[in-house]
Amino acid sequence: MKKELKFVVNGESYDLWVEPKTLLVQVLRDELGLKGTKWCCDSGSCCACAVILDGKVVKSCSILALQANGKEVLTIEGLANGTELHPIQQAFIDNWAFQCGFCTSGQIMATKALLAENPKPTREEIQLAMDGHLCRCTGYNMINEAIQDAAERLQTQKAQEGAK
Amino acid sequence: MKSIISDFECFTPNTVEEALKLLSQYSEEECKIVAGGQSLLILMKQRLLTPKYLIDIKGISDLDYIKLDDKKGLKIGALATHRAIEKSPIIRNGFSILAEMEQNVSSVETRNWGTIGGNVSHGDPGGDPAPVLITLNAKLKMTSLSGERTVDAEDFTLDYFETALRHDELLTEIQVPALPPNTGAKFTKFSQIVGDYALASVGVLITLDKKKEICSDARIALGAVGIAPMRAKKAEEILKGKKVSDDLLAEAGQVASEESSPTTDVEASEEYKRELVRVLVKRVGGEALERAKKA
Repeated sequence: MKKELKFVVNGESYDLWVEPKTLLVQVLRDELGLKGTKWCCDSGSCCACAVILDGKVVKSCSILALQANGKEVLTIEGLANGTELHPIQQAFIDNWAFQCGFCTSGQIMATKALLAENPKPTREEIQLAMDGHLCRCTGYNMINEAIQDAAERLQTQKAQEGAK
Repeated sequence: MKSIISDFECFTPNTVEEALKLLSQYSEEECKIVAGGQSLLILMKQRLLTPKYLIDIKGISDLDYIKLDDKKGLKIGALATHRAIEKSPIIRNGFSILAEMEQNVSSVETRNWGTIGGNVSHGDPGGDPAPVLITLNAKLKMTSLSGERTVDAEDFTLDYFETALRHDELLTEIQVPALPPNTGAKFTKFSQIVGDYALASVGVLITLDKKKEICSDARIALGAVGIAPMRAKKAEEILKGKKVSDDLLAEAGQVASEESSPTTDVEASEEYKRELVRVLVKRVGGEALERAKKA
């Protein structure tokens, strides 16, 4: 029997009816058409499906959609400001931090959550925060560099905004 | 469609009492409790479990707390997330072994949503929280419509994915006594990659006498090397009443290794896991001893 799911995704309110067995990733991709969130291992092992739920990064393949009722979800589609990419997205591009790109949405969402909590992470802190994310192209080094670069960009941006 | 979770009806009680009433209405075969679901959903996707009814307790905010009572020690609500425990200043200050353990439970993503109560109730012999709770001599509070009872953490997990919980009960609170004076505790797991399940894990607690020379109490817990997390009681006896040296810790490691009962699986052989226990008890015991000296 379907149940009502009211939640906010990337700033927009949605009111849907879903089967209890539906996973959050299924609603995002199949109901809302937000295909940027990847549904990959389906066993909680790779974090490609990571999204931010009420400020915390979680695996959307390992959460029942109804558990997001009343909450706010941020996906990769919610990061850019119009056609201007988010500094984390731009840092990933500039540092060649994705190859096939399949794990990138999850990596970027985890980076967003990490930098919100810890704006200047050390390399070790980055590795610890990202340790659940698998990149089968094995581009881990560039991902670490992109995250450090993104942290610097966000710091600069904050300083510039503060100066205004 | 990738997910092959079979259909179920889902309830979302707002209180423990509502949850218990629902639980009493359905049989063990047809009904499961879900909190963060970080373990349960995987089993449901694989159709190892096909409950007809799911009681989703994640929204019961009354069970999400971390409190310190000077007399009674630490109290953790069953729905506190792994991440909340990892980050809690109360736990980092007084029970650092818990925060250190949580830091290596799976990934940040899992820790943000998964709960300690869910993890312990799942009863996986390779889980990390249970051996630490055994090391700390914690008690687990279980609540049913007919009342409450507590069991020692070491008596909670009975077998693979089987616990002391009756079907009409919910695990509601984890109670950790304050560490006695001159006490140090340390936990380490050995896994193939960071955050993965343990091949073997060891927790050691050492209490020294007033002069900080003689070991007056010791607790050694082993995870992932048997049907359930266990205490290595014979190894504890090796340390008690003696001045703890490297040789004594090595002897305790040898005895603990003999007490453990690991099985060979795809990741490691029984012999390898026994060797891990031998080495880890010595190493972790040494670290617990250093902490006890500084405590």
